[in-house]
Amino acid sequence: MADRFRGVPFVAKRLLGAALVLLVLATVLYALFYLVPGDPAQLACGERCSPAQVAQVRGQLGLDESAHAQYLHFLQGLFAGRDYSSGTSVQHCAAPCLGLSRQNDQQVTTLILAGLPATASLAFGAMVVWLTLGVGTGLLSALRRGGATERVLTVLTLAGTGTPVFILGLLLMMAVCAYLQWLPFPSYVPLTQDAEQWAWNMLLPWLTLGLFESAKYARLTRSSTLEVLAEDHIRTFRAYGVSERAVVTRHALRGALPPVIALSAIDLGSMMGGAMLTEQLFGIPGLGRLLIDSVRSVDLPVVVGVVLVIGTAVVVANAVADVLYALADRRVVLS
Amino acid sequence: MTVQDVLTPGAGAPPAPGPAAGARGVWRRLRGRPSAVVSGAVLAVLLLAALAAPLLTALSGQDPYTYHDELVDSASGGAPQGSFGGMSGEHWLGVEPGTGRDLFARLVHGARVSLLVAAGATVLQVAIGVAVGLAAALGSRWADQVLSRVTDVMVALPMLVLAIALTTVVSDDFPRPLLLVLVMGSLNWGGTSRVVRAQALTLRGLDFVAAARLGGSRPVRVVRRELLPSLAAPVITYAAVLLPSNIVLEASLSFLGIGVRPPTPSWGQMLSTATTWFRADPLYVLLPSALLFVTVLAFTVLGDAVRTALDPREAGRLRVGTRKEKTRG
Amino acid sequence: MTPQPNGPTPDSAPVPVADTATGPTGDRAAGALIDVRGLTVDFPAGDESVRAVDGLSFRLSAGQALGIVGESGSGKSTVAAALLGLHHGTGARVSGSVEVDGIDVQAASVRELRRLRGGTAAMVFQDPLSSLDPYMAIGDQIAEVHRTHAPHVSRREARRHAVTVLDRVGIPDAARRSRSRPHEFSGGMRQRALIAMALACEPRVLVADEPTTALDVTVQAQILDLLHELRTETGMGLVLVSHDLGVVAGNVDDMLVMRNGRAVEHGPVGTVLAAPREAYTRELLAAVPRVETPRTPVATAGAVPASAPASGGDLLLEAVGVRREFGRGKNRTVAVDGVSLSVAQGETLGIVGESGSGKTTLGRMLVRLLEPSGGSVRHQGRELTGIRSDLQMVFQDPVSSLNPRRSVGESVADPLRAAGALTDAEITRRVRELLERVGLDPRWYHRYPHEFSGGQRQRVGIARALAPGPRLIVCDEPVSALDVTTRAQVLDLLAQLQRDLGLALVLIAHDLAVVRQASDRVAVMRRGVVVEEGPSDRVYDAPRDPYTKSLLAAVPVLDPVEAAARRAARGSVGALLGTAAG
Repeated sequence: MADRFRGVPFVAKRLLGAALVLLVLATVLYALFYLVPGDPAQLACGERCSPAQVAQVRGQLGLDESAHAQYLHFLQGLFAGRDYSSGTSVQHCAAPCLGLSRQNDQQVTTLILAGLPATASLAFGAMVVWLTLGVGTGLLSALRRGGATERVLTVLTLAGTGTPVFILGLLLMMAVCAYLQWLPFPSYVPLTQDAEQWAWNMLLPWLTLGLFESAKYARLTRSSTLEVLAEDHIRTFRAYGVSERAVVTRHALRGALPPVIALSAIDLGSMMGGAMLTEQLFGIPGLGRLLIDSVRSVDLPVVVGVVLVIGTAVVVANAVADVLYALADRRVVLS
Repeated sequence: MTVQDVLTPGAGAPPAPGPAAGARGVWRRLRGRPSAVVSGAVLAVLLLAALAAPLLTALSGQDPYTYHDELVDSASGGAPQGSFGGMSGEHWLGVEPGTGRDLFARLVHGARVSLLVAAGATVLQVAIGVAVGLAAALGSRWADQVLSRVTDVMVALPMLVLAIALTTVVSDDFPRPLLLVLVMGSLNWGGTSRVVRAQALTLRGLDFVAAARLGGSRPVRVVRRELLPSLAAPVITYAAVLLPSNIVLEASLSFLGIGVRPPTPSWGQMLSTATTWFRADPLYVLLPSALLFVTVLAFTVLGDAVRTALDPREAGRLRVGTRKEKTRG
Repeated sequence: MTPQPNGPTPDSAPVPVADTATGPTGDRAAGALIDVRGLTVDFPAGDESVRAVDGLSFRLSAGQALGIVGESGSGKSTVAAALLGLHHGTGARVSGSVEVDGIDVQAASVRELRRLRGGTAAMVFQDPLSSLDPYMAIGDQIAEVHRTHAPHVSRREARRHAVTVLDRVGIPDAARRSRSRPHEFSGGMRQRALIAMALACEPRVLVADEPTTALDVTVQAQILDLLHELRTETGMGLVLVSHDLGVVAGNVDDMLVMRNGRAVEHGPVGTVLAAPREAYTRELLAAVPRVETPRTPVATAGAVPASAPASGGDLLLEAVGVRREFGRGKNRTVAVDGVSLSVAQGETLGIVGESGSGKTTLGRMLVRLLEPSGGSVRHQGRELTGIRSDLQMVFQDPVSSLNPRRSVGESVADPLRAAGALTDAEITRRVRELLERVGLDPRWYHRYPHEFSGGQRQRVGIARALAPGPRLIVCDEPVSALDVTTRAQVLDLLAQLQRDLGLALVLIAHDLAVVRQASDRVAVMRRGVVVEEGPSDRVYDAPRDPYTKSLLAAVPVLDPVEAAARRAARGSVGALLGTAAG
């Protein structure tokens, strides 16, 4: 019972730490992108801008204020929202305000929200693939140790680990879409528009990302299962005549799965920020694509906004993973 | 302990170092593994080709930058003329679609860039990681707290995102390969630092370190003579994991169009236009893909073999005389 | 093939009938619960294989107790595992026959084996923490094992049965504690829980593999008493595997001494211990330090008058009210709490205590590896402020106390090089001298630690401590990781060095007998405090502190009759100290 009381402060401490990390991240990003040597206004406006245009951009961005005031405005926008005036009209940007895109004056928050469904579709679908395929493969190769099954699986996972995701995707696309023509070339259809088309078009991206991640999960599951199987308490239950199936399902998995679950939470978090390579390859209009496009067009507010959102997702996912892990393995809290 | 400790290989509670493996012993064990020999040979060929890239292209009479408009079919959008991507006695592996540049020359010169960037980044990551890890393990409690939290953040944040973001704030004149090395090196040292810190903390608590102190050794001498030699094995092992992942990272950045700038060739950069060409000229996609795949796989396999050869537990399993007898059930 | 020592047949080919017929239990042969004939176990190791057990035969009748004794590597634990068929599927090659309750373990089907394991013969392991599932409540683990062997029992009933057996093995408030996970139990309680698990299925024989090795001496006595009590009450057989002759002496009927996988001697425990027939058994017995025998005087060579108690004149090291805390805030613990001690030149001060008593922390403060949080350590009257070359230490673990990446010669040379006063040639010569002095071949200078046995490594550690020319060496459990015969040799070496060099020693150990054998004066520590201090003979023969008394009462003795008497005496003392410990 003592566990439960110790667990609450642990979770609270962990979440507080996550919030602190985020604030630091926001500040560092801000400093990096707005206060770097060189003129962000010039950078944003482009090489061919006249000095007058640059000055106008500077005023628009609030860059003529002091660094201190700029930062305060940035934070104010983040927590309370702020107003932007573009000469004639005033645009209100509600909290959490990440600023306006320089390309089209749209709010960064709006752009991010627009990209989220596509990113989420990709991430969750891929997770289903890696949890079944990766964890299954890992378990199988741990339990069939020493056999041909294990060797084949080891080679496969090794090859999987060595393949960059975009190569895997390219090859799959060449094989499945171009030559076999089993699937159409993926083009994203929102779920709300047509569920069947959505699934059909996402199938290849899911497989690509899922297979790619599976290699990692198979390795982790295998090593963590083998580790638990080598522990003394497994020997105890074998020595008491408990069947091998019960030993694996009731005792080994209990110890082997926490790291897998924790890693899943972390990966899901970083994928919420966009599996950039996969999104780029299959033209999925998610957060990753948004980031790449805004980097190419040097749209700093969007870059900062997306990175901050990704950072949030990752930090939160890490905190969640820690808490999940502590819940699954009570010894962590105590040590 | 956090999840990241569990997930970073070697960052948990590492075992006490086993008997000295010795460079010769490691070499012998490596030689005894067919997978290590094969992957080592593959890498040797690749490295030689990359090193001798100017020589090789001179031999084929080509260079990676000259356009050969006459070799591509402008009617079909620029697909190479002839079969197999325009392979010929002059252009051994065909030409690049659209431009007609020599594919062989671009591949071997691309290997130079890819490998150099990855190696440079790895060296930088290991250097920063070892310094931070040692400072955290041997410094004051405060230093450890601060450095460990910073490390946590560095490990948690997705590399690719930050690398991409960072490349936007640097002016275009900055040499790209160097920029990639710096960005990758300064962002991805968290794992090494974790491994080093955990190892150093364990080692620091071992009796032979206490004995060295009692023998009158000053702290610097203790670090140099007792700690660093034992840290070499885990650091090399970790570097062997980092190197292929850096190759992939460079390729990924270049694939996204944010890494090496054209016309400089790199494998990832060559693949960035692949989506538009894989129907018209599959070879153009397959060649850099295969090269990248083989390189990364060979590094991974070799890294695995090196780790096993260095693993003190495997080396020490038989000869430790006084361990408590265990039921080998 | 060598003849079996206790068999009349010169041929060791499994002719087990002859063997057991002459054995002590031969007359009860018909109803044997365990019948092992010519058991041989090989483990594959690289290209070769290692023979762990070689042609072993023995029998155990229902309700009897057999002790299997041997040093590390003797194969005793392998025998225990073979009784339950635990080698199935591990790559080990087992030949000969093992029959338990009529089941041929080698030939048994998986189903039969599962019924045997736990149902007929239950195993109790050495390390109770790692032997229990850390994620599961103790009661659930016991219930699971129970239901494996009694499938018709409902979940709830099994749970209730688990509470009953936990209560039976003396776990207070069993109903509540059955919901705790193993890490919430103390070491002794965990071992009780493991025994409860064994009891749950009402086995006919209990196989206990070093069941008390991980425990403190008082807890060890409680666990052994519990095993004895359960045995007399339920009539189950017991196979007790241990490296400790004392543990076996008071708890079994028959005894089997093993060495290198073979049986050296086998017979009723009283006979084997009182009149051993084999040289090895005699050697083993002679090496066991005995808590009841006074120390043989060291100063026979007459170099230094050593065994005089500390007198003011030659006082070397003195601790005054030394205190040490670890952690801060809520996690703060006091490891050593105001200890005052003194060590005179050339004498040995023994410090005994159970785990967590603070003895190691104290030892490290004496050589200044740790800084005291309070109080002071004085060296020849002057306050100690840092590490000194004339205060050295020998460490417990022969594996971690030498740098695996440096040759032993370089390890010994290290203090000399750090001092920087000698040339390379002088250092090499000095190191060779030191190696020779501790009984090692000076030509082994360039060998690495892993090429040495535990005892040899401990000798290297001693040579390294001698290198700076110390006047006092703190030995922290110098022999606890060693086998009994090696242990005696290392202790002899320390005594000899003390005699020759006039060294003062501080001997820290948990083993009361070891300390008595080697110390002039003894300090007994408990929870960071010295509860009793005085000349060894006085403390051991007439202890004043109740804790010292309970410690001494718990030490296993080699005489079975005496052991029984002590057990009876402990019954009453146990009620006194009882439930608090463990």
